[in-house]
Amino acid sequence: MDVFYQQLINGLSLGGIYALIALGYTMVYGIIELINFAHGDVYTLGTFFSLAILTGLGVSGEVHGLALVGVVLVTMLAAMLLCGITGVLIERLAYRRLRNAPRLAPLITAIGMSFILENVMQLWKGPSPISFPAVIPNPSFQAGGVEIAAKQILVIVLAIVMMVALQLFIRNTKMGKAMRATAQDRDAAQLMGININTTIAMTFLIGSALAGAAGFVSGVYYGTTWFFNGFEAGLKAFTAAVLGGIGNVAGAMLGGFLIGLVEAFATQYIPQGAQWTNVVVFSVLVLVLVFRPSGLLGEAVPEKV
Amino acid sequence: MSFFKLTNVRKTFGGLVAVNDLSFAIEAGSIVAMIGPNGAGKSTVFNLITGIYSPSSGAIDLEGRTLRSLSTDRVTARGIARTFQNIRLFAFMSALDNVMTGCHAQMRASLVDSLLHTPRQRAEERTVRERARELLKFVGLEGDADNYARNLSYGHQRRLEIARALATDPKLLLLDEPAAGMNPREKEGLIALIRRIRDKGVTVFLIEHDMHLVMNLSERVTVLDHGEKIAEGTPEAVRNDERVIEAYLGRADGAA
Amino acid sequence: MNPAVRRSLRFVPLLLLPLVPLVDHNNSHIDFLANAGAFILLALGLNIVVGFAGLLDLGYAAFFAIGSYSYAMLASQQFGIHVPFWVMLFAASGIAAIFGILLGAPTLRLRGDYLAIVTLGFGEIVPQTFLNLSQYTNGPNGINSLDSPSLFGHRFGFSATPYFYVMLGLIVIGVLLASNLQNSRLGRAWMAIREDELAARHMGINTTAAKLSAFALGASFSGLAGVAYAAKLDLVSPDQFQFNVSVLVLSMLVLGGMGNIPGVIVGSFALSFINSFLLPQSTNLVHSIGLTWIDFTDYRFMLYGVILVAMMLFRPEGLIPSRQRRAELREALTDPGISAQEQTEYQGAAR
Repeated sequence: MDVFYQQLINGLSLGGIYALIALGYTMVYGIIELINFAHGDVYTLGTFFSLAILTGLGVSGEVHGLALVGVVLVTMLAAMLLCGITGVLIERLAYRRLRNAPRLAPLITAIGMSFILENVMQLWKGPSPISFPAVIPNPSFQAGGVEIAAKQILVIVLAIVMMVALQLFIRNTKMGKAMRATAQDRDAAQLMGININTTIAMTFLIGSALAGAAGFVSGVYYGTTWFFNGFEAGLKAFTAAVLGGIGNVAGAMLGGFLIGLVEAFATQYIPQGAQWTNVVVFSVLVLVLVFRPSGLLGEAVPEKV
Repeated sequence: MSFFKLTNVRKTFGGLVAVNDLSFAIEAGSIVAMIGPNGAGKSTVFNLITGIYSPSSGAIDLEGRTLRSLSTDRVTARGIARTFQNIRLFAFMSALDNVMTGCHAQMRASLVDSLLHTPRQRAEERTVRERARELLKFVGLEGDADNYARNLSYGHQRRLEIARALATDPKLLLLDEPAAGMNPREKEGLIALIRRIRDKGVTVFLIEHDMHLVMNLSERVTVLDHGEKIAEGTPEAVRNDERVIEAYLGRADGAA
Repeated sequence: MNPAVRRSLRFVPLLLLPLVPLVDHNNSHIDFLANAGAFILLALGLNIVVGFAGLLDLGYAAFFAIGSYSYAMLASQQFGIHVPFWVMLFAASGIAAIFGILLGAPTLRLRGDYLAIVTLGFGEIVPQTFLNLSQYTNGPNGINSLDSPSLFGHRFGFSATPYFYVMLGLIVIGVLLASNLQNSRLGRAWMAIREDELAARHMGINTTAAKLSAFALGASFSGLAGVAYAAKLDLVSPDQFQFNVSVLVLSMLVLGGMGNIPGVIVGSFALSFINSFLLPQSTNLVHSIGLTWIDFTDYRFMLYGVILVAMMLFRPEGLIPSRQRRAELREALTDPGISAQEQTEYQGAAR
């Protein structure tokens, strides 16, 4: 039973990272119906940026007390900002011109962007896995026979805080309303005086910034990264977004946590499960798309963005 | 036995009733029309007939056989063809290819024939190309065979859609606002064309806003409002029906 | 001139190719051409799926893997089974086609971008499965010492020349079949589906069956290429069939011109040439003048990426497009008449 709860915690932590990435997929799909294939690589870029910032700050190991809070906040916010800008640039350079093109054209472009980003990162840090400083000390909390590491709490809490903040933003701010309106009907939104370009750019900014946050926490969580990380993580996060109901913010969170749990339990309970997790997750993707393409929350909350 | 028959057809989308308890019959070889204000559910009826939607309840029969749960391509093979309110030609295919595509269901070329261009396949292609040219000529587009569909004028695009629909060799032809956007001269040509189609033995069922065309052509008219049949009869009878007048005059969009 | 004759004339340069090994005795050149041939075959197959039927398949390498592994398992010491190469060409294309149908049957109702992602997932699952089933496939080491094909008693051995002729033969057959398909009842149905799926159904086209046949035919080309390539390489391992292979083949189509057979061949050959000659040779060149820290082959993925992005933005119809594709993609950019919005609408209506 302890093993079960241990995998539950592991799954939720993994899921927190997938959820943060999935938010970006779901927001962008909600607003321009594009599977932003490069999004997973923006996430990896988040780890790379974080690593560069930590190196710049001279951090190479555990940090304690107030300094820890400072380092975490500065690194994460800077990574978010840099990823956000990257996302906006990608939209401006590669996707905007294709907004009215047949829909496979921007998807092909997004795959191209993904390859470009991966190659840039490969040239930057080399083709091998690189280590990421274990910034957060490891006091483990015991609950029953289950160990919960501090970094796991960070991931789960952060994911939930970000989602709540995003929900509040989308529901209550003028920009959030503009996003919802654009997602519903771009032409009508434009007639209402909403600046479509700004709104879409903002969507990319926020989605990519969340991927940047995910990049930072995943660096801390796994203690390692490499240029190709985003391919698999991106696919899993996209699966999460689809599972939750694409275009749906709460759905992306739910899907993210579910995929994390599926992965953790598959590792534990399927013989040689670690080898098969990808197969299991992609099978989930196929099954959801075939049998319930609107996802778990797709109909309950039809609101897009 | 009627040639074509809707019996108590109902279609709801979520809570919205788009078509309610609709019944009517069409005699073989006739030209009939369905009219009604915008949003009355006319195009939904066409979509129900061609299997785009399936009825929530009720039956649709062609020559005594149900069309229920048939996919659109099977409905076409049974002998029902249509045109679309918003023209939906294959924009970047030539007019001739558009019509040849309409012949798909009557062609017998198998996968192997297509791969190897067997003599049988080549003979069939020749026959079909010839037939497509005849159909283009029939609708007056013989000069446009090699032009992309999207480069044709609006009136010609409507005619091409009719030719493409006729290529499926239909028993019943559904025309969704065939005169929309046409000038009076084009409309006269269209009336003549529809008569010639009927004279070839094809039953015509059309949705139209243009009353001149409806009154001139159709033997019977069904009037739809809010998804319900409010009148049915000869054009004369329908024109003088109080409920029809009310349905039209009670609204800003009125009769065109 | 008869259009069929005119079409065939475009392929006359291919007739000169058989002479190449007689003129050029450099084995590495012939080896390159044979490898490029396998990718031309792959591109011709993917073109049926993406170019003709308009279905984006991002897991195409999976069928290549299935073809290759079929040969490796049925024509080697692995299980002591030795099916002849020529039989395996047919068998593997059939096996790949069956997998194409198995993948397509449940998924082809999906809208285009979802289908793309599902095929991508399939493309990940297949090599992963070959990797994991190590008791049959030797896992990451792969299967080697495959049977060498032979013709009239002559074993191919390690010379590239016989494989060059095999590839050439397969390409000629592939081009004929693909161009026959394009100008047939089925080819017209694919074109119609690409343009307007709902209208296509009203023409009596069973769109699911038509798309399935595109998937199966595309996969069978990939199966052929897989057998020939595996035999030539004498080795099959899971890392030969990663996502980047699917994207490489897609880039070939995008570069040359989706839907246009000569364009696909040229695009495919050009990318193979850049990969196998241009990048290594130019690296050698800059190394020879002392710039040893530069390695152009490290930029391979960047190249695929730039091709995909730049072509979609500036020349979506490809370098050698078909007339129809050019009109489709060009006018779509400038004229919102067939916008993504509208496509969504009809897909919504069709559901």
